[in-house]
Amino acid sequence: MTKQQANWSPYDNNGGSCVAVAGADYCVVAADTRMSSGYNILTRDYSKICKLADKCVMASSGFQADVKALQKLLAARHLIYQHQHNKQMSCPAMAQLLSNTLYYKRFFPYYSFNVLGGLDSEGKGCVFTYDAVGSYEKVGYSSQGSGSTLIMPFLDNQLKSPSPLLLPALDAVTPLSESEAVDLVKTVFASATERDIYTGDKLEIVILNAEGIRREYMELRKD
Amino acid sequence: MKLDTSGLESTAPFFGSSHELNDGFSAVPSFEIPDTIDFDGFQKEAVQMVKPAKGTTTLAFIFKEGVMVAADSRASMGGYISSQSVKKIIEINPYMLGTMAGGAADCQFWHRNLGIKCRLHELANKSRISVTGASKLLANILFSYRGMGLSVGTMIAGWDETGPGLYYVDSEGGRLKGTRFSVGSGSPYAYGVLDNGYRYDMSIEEAAELARRAIYHATFRDAASGGVASVYYVGPNGWKKLSGDDVGELHYEYYPVLPSTVEQEMVEVAAA
Repeated sequence: MTKQQANWSPYDNNGGSCVAVAGADYCVVAADTRMSSGYNILTRDYSKICKLADKCVMASSGFQADVKALQKLLAARHLIYQHQHNKQMSCPAMAQLLSNTLYYKRFFPYYSFNVLGGLDSEGKGCVFTYDAVGSYEKVGYSSQGSGSTLIMPFLDNQLKSPSPLLLPALDAVTPLSESEAVDLVKTVFASATERDIYTGDKLEIVILNAEGIRREYMELRKD
Repeated sequence: MKLDTSGLESTAPFFGSSHELNDGFSAVPSFEIPDTIDFDGFQKEAVQMVKPAKGTTTLAFIFKEGVMVAADSRASMGGYISSQSVKKIIEINPYMLGTMAGGAADCQFWHRNLGIKCRLHELANKSRISVTGASKLLANILFSYRGMGLSVGTMIAGWDETGPGLYYVDSEGGRLKGTRFSVGSGSPYAYGVLDNGYRYDMSIEEAAELARRAIYHATFRDAASGGVASVYYVGPNGWKKLSGDDVGELHYEYYPVLPSTVEQEMVEVAAA
C-alpha cells in the first residue's frame, strides 16, 4: 500500500513585508497592507501591525491566521502580566515572551515572520528580529516578509551599524533622526513595491517615541 | 530523603493542549503535536517551508590555563544570510558557556532552559552545578526529543571544582567529554588550523590567537560562516570575553595588501 499523502496544507502565505528601525529615542515599525493568496489579492487594507504594549509594537508577515492567533496569545499573556505585576511589559520582556511562544510550537510552527519594535525602559529604541520558530536577536533595524531580500541590503547600505559582538563595543542604534528614518522607510517600501508582487497597496507606519504612538499612511502602487 | 529525579523524568512531549497560560515554570515544556498520519514527512516539509536559521563554525579546547571558546556569528536561511550578528556563545551562568550550532531557535531555547535548570540546582543544593552535571541535563533532554527534528550541536564549557570541563552534546543524544572540539559546517576548516597549532602549554594570548585564526580560516572557506569572530576564555574565576573581531578586517590583518612591482604597465589608449 503506497504511503498516504496529505491532500491539503495547514499553511498558506499571505505575503507582504515588514520593517522596523530603532533610533536613539524613537522606533519606527512599518508594513504594507496587502494580503494575498497565490496570485490573488484578498484585500488591500489589512493591517499587519499589532500593538502589544504601550511601548511595544509587532509587525508580522507570513500566514495571517497564525499571526492573528499569535497576537491574541501575546495580548492575553500581557493582560495576565499586568494583573500580576501592576505594570506594562517592557519591550525586551515581550521579546523573550514572543520567542518562547514561538518555540512552544516548534513541532507545528507558527508560519509567522516577526519584527518587534519599541522603546526599552530607558526610552531608547530597540528592534528584535525573529525566525519562525523563535530564535531572536536585538538589532538596530530589520525587515521580514516577501520583500525582505530586497529591503534588507538597502537598509544594510544606509544603516549598517557596528556589530554588537565587537570588542570594544560600539553603539548599534542608528544615528538618523525620526523624520529621516520615516522617509527612509517610505523610500524602502516604494522600491520594494516595484519588484515584489506581494508588496504594495498602502504603507502603514507606526512611530513610537516618548510622546506616545503615532500612525502614518502612504499610498503605494496597487498593481 | 526525597531525591530530585526531575532530570530523569521522561520528557517526551505530551499530546493534548499545552498549558502556556499557566503560571510558573513547569519542569519541562509540553509541545503540541500536529495531528498528521505522516509526522516525519510533515516535519520535513515544515522545516523546508520555515527555513530555520543555521550554518556555523564553533570551537572550544582545554589547555593549561583553562578553556578557550570561539565562534563566528553568521546565520543563514537557505542561501540568504539572515544575520551577521548572532550570539553563538551563550552565557549560561558566570562560569559556564554554551556554544550554538545547528538550529538557532533550538539552541537558544534549550540553553536558556539549561540556565534555568542550573540556577534551580544551585538554589536546591546550595552549590554550583558541575560541567558534567549541566551537560548531562541537556543531553538527557535532547535524547528524549531524538528523532523529532531538533538540530543542536553544542559544547558546554566551564570551570568547576574538578578544574576546566568541556563536553560536546548533540541532538542525536550524543554526549562526549573531550579536550578539543569544533562543531558546525565550518568545523573541518577550523580543525585543520586548530589541530596544527595546538599545544597544551600555551599562554592565554597564544590560545586566543589560535582560536581566532581557526574561526577566521573557517569563515574564509565556508560560505555559511562569517560575521564576527568572538573569543571567550573560561578560567577559575569564570568566563571573560577576550575579543570580537570582524572577519573581513581580520583577513587584511593576516594578509595585508602589499604594493607589488609591475613588469608591464597598461597605458590608457587615447580615444580615437
